[in-house]
Amino acid sequence: MLSIRNLHAAVDGKEILKGIDLEIKPGEVHAIMGPNGSGKSTLSAVLAGNEAYEVTEGEVLLDGENLLDKETEERARDGIFLAFQYPVEIPGVSNLQFLRTAVNAMRVHRGLEELSAVDFMKLAKETTKQVDLDPAFLKRGVNEGFSGGEKKRNEILQALLLEPRLAILDETDSGLDIDALKVVADGVNALRSPERAVLMVTHYQRLLNHIVPDYVHVLAGGKIVKSGGRELALELEERGYGWLGIKDSDEVEAG
Amino acid sequence: MANTDKQVNELIKREYEHGFVTEIEAETFEPGLNEDIIGRLSAIKKEPQFMLDWRLKAYRRWLEMDEPNWAHVGYPKIDYNAISYYSAPKRKEDMPQSLDDVDPELLKTYEKLGIPLHEREKLAGVAVDAVFDSVSVATTFKEPLAKAGVIFCSISEAIQDYPELVQKYLGSVVPAGDNFFAGLNSAVFSDGTFVYVPKGVRCPMELSTYFRINAANTGQFERTLIIADEGSYVSYLEGCTAPMRDENQLHAAVVELVALDDAQIKYSTVQNWYPGDENGKGGIFNFVTKRGACIGKNSKISWTQVETGSAVTWKYPSCVLRGENSVGEFYSVALTNNYQQADTGTKMVHLGKNTSSTIISKGISAGRSSNAYRGLVKFGPGAEGARNFTQCDSLLIGDQCAAHTFPYIESKNKGAIVEHEATTSKVSDEQMFLCRQRGIDPEQAVSMIVNGFCKEVFKELPMEFAVEAGKLLEVSLEGSVG
Ligand SMILES: Nc1ncnc2c1ncn2[C@@H]1O[C@H](COP(=O)(O)OP(=O)(O)O)[C@@H](O)[C@H]1O
Ligand SMILES: [Mg+2]
Repeated sequence: MLSIRNLHAAVDGKEILKGIDLEIKPGEVHAIMGPNGSGKSTLSAVLAGNEAYEVTEGEVLLDGENLLDKETEERARDGIFLAFQYPVEIPGVSNLQFLRTAVNAMRVHRGLEELSAVDFMKLAKETTKQVDLDPAFLKRGVNEGFSGGEKKRNEILQALLLEPRLAILDETDSGLDIDALKVVADGVNALRSPERAVLMVTHYQRLLNHIVPDYVHVLAGGKIVKSGGRELALELEERGYGWLGIKDSDEVEAG
Repeated sequence: MANTDKQVNELIKREYEHGFVTEIEAETFEPGLNEDIIGRLSAIKKEPQFMLDWRLKAYRRWLEMDEPNWAHVGYPKIDYNAISYYSAPKRKEDMPQSLDDVDPELLKTYEKLGIPLHEREKLAGVAVDAVFDSVSVATTFKEPLAKAGVIFCSISEAIQDYPELVQKYLGSVVPAGDNFFAGLNSAVFSDGTFVYVPKGVRCPMELSTYFRINAANTGQFERTLIIADEGSYVSYLEGCTAPMRDENQLHAAVVELVALDDAQIKYSTVQNWYPGDENGKGGIFNFVTKRGACIGKNSKISWTQVETGSAVTWKYPSCVLRGENSVGEFYSVALTNNYQQADTGTKMVHLGKNTSSTIISKGISAGRSSNAYRGLVKFGPGAEGARNFTQCDSLLIGDQCAAHTFPYIESKNKGAIVEHEATTSKVSDEQMFLCRQRGIDPEQAVSMIVNGFCKEVFKELPMEFAVEAGKLLEVSLEGSVG
């Protein structure tokens, strides 16, 4: 479904991604690990179409079509979903209104009827429970005054409602306590299906205890320096990044 | 940052939808302003002598006044002798006795504007007075209002039918010598709305006036006077549109509100005058004086305004809080785009004991527009225990617009309490990226973010109009994202 070929990207003239190659097939779960500053968020942002980043070389195909030519909202409607590492607040816009607008935009794109306020409310309430959020969160401004953990669960809530084909999760596990981590992992596992793929960006291996990946890639200095199966994550946990010749300012957390 | 700006720079491409001109036979004065013109205007309206005297006094006063130049706006010098001071649709009768007497072209105009005046399709529960150029053309729901004792008519009718009320209150809140534009209006106002709600009456429906400028080179100078007698309540809404014309047109209105003991007036405005084209050509100069006097104890006046139109706006709906425990409120959304300029805000003058006021101002600037909030909170020596809360937020869309805040506080009373909060924010690239990543169109995203920003003000609008106001913002923002 997604082919990334020799992808280079820069921000403010500085090259961050220096030649990424990655194939993701339907049903697969890929984990991208790597120290801070290695370019994980940059890769996620470039795939989603953040215009702050400039693609300088390479290509990305989604189902054989050039993804990089498309506007952010078109990519989203084609099924690319990004759970943000730092979700932004939109004061005054209720989460409910935001979610309904998004879900209906997708539905229109898919040739489905828009959901009425009542039907959407019902769906949204059920889904908030699934990620252990109080339905009262639907009435609050988008991410307005949410705690770190609530923001992350809100991202998963959006993924569940929007039913993406490829969900990119940028450090959705960071800053979560063990219970919240479990809730997020359950949400992601609920998303898994033979038609869907997940690209999980994480600094730590502990999330991978709950969401077992098919492939693990190590990103360092803007390149994938090693790929393997889930055992690679365990090895990283035990030995840190040092044995791959990578410096990491933070210690890899024991899972 | 670059991407929102790019989108923003490309958004407003939809045309002003009320920009049509109605072909109608009109009686229009030749341009020019002098005592003779004022005499003719007064005669055409069959005004009593006191009214003519009042106008002439105002005119003589005005000749000695200077046009204000302190507002944060710039516009070419206005030639007051190049304006026609009266234009009215020609009719068989002097005044339409019922809607059947109203020119069908006019009825059609109001229908196009979404304001049906015809009996069978009138806005449910809203009584409308429609003012076309210089005259009131129709007032709906007269009978049920009369049954409640509420007087709702054009000010021209009021001058003839209720001269004692008019004489007592006209100019009592905004005297002719108040400012240059108020002086001009006092001399030449041609029509407007009059409301009187008697003691203890809660007005059974929303009252609304719809102002429409149609004729070219005509100024609109309407005068609105609302009196809420003891213990009464009224909610009033005005809406405004004008055709698209390349030359600027002047609109200099005066609105006076009077609230007696325990009375409440809620005054809402949705102002959508033609703002000029995307290069800043044409548009209405909206120089308006609006003021309410809470003369009775426990009285309350609320101004809610959603301002998206006009090339240049100069407007400060204010409250004079004279009665003990009286309350003044000002809720405002002012949106400017392209080359629009707005200098708007409020004055809260606390004279009585324990008076309180709230100011919530939301300014949104897009394109190359300039949007200024100007507010004065004043406490007189007798304003023991008075308090004000001001919140003043600006939202910028793009990087070529400007927002300014000029809050002034004058206090002659040490016991008065003032709280002031101000913020300036931008529709950020991160917010836009989040919305678009969720499949939402950029235009829809901006309008959603702006509507969220305005929520505190929209909730003050009567229900029917809150939805309208949201839509109006959406249209006014078109072209600010691309
Ligand atoms: N908007 C930006 N402006 C300047 N530098 C950036 C920007 N975004 C990321 N970078 C730089 O790019 C590198 C990779 O960042 P990022 O993709 O966030 O890494 P990770 O998510 O792996 O921690 C870092 O050196 C970071 O400072
Ligand atoms: Mg990151």
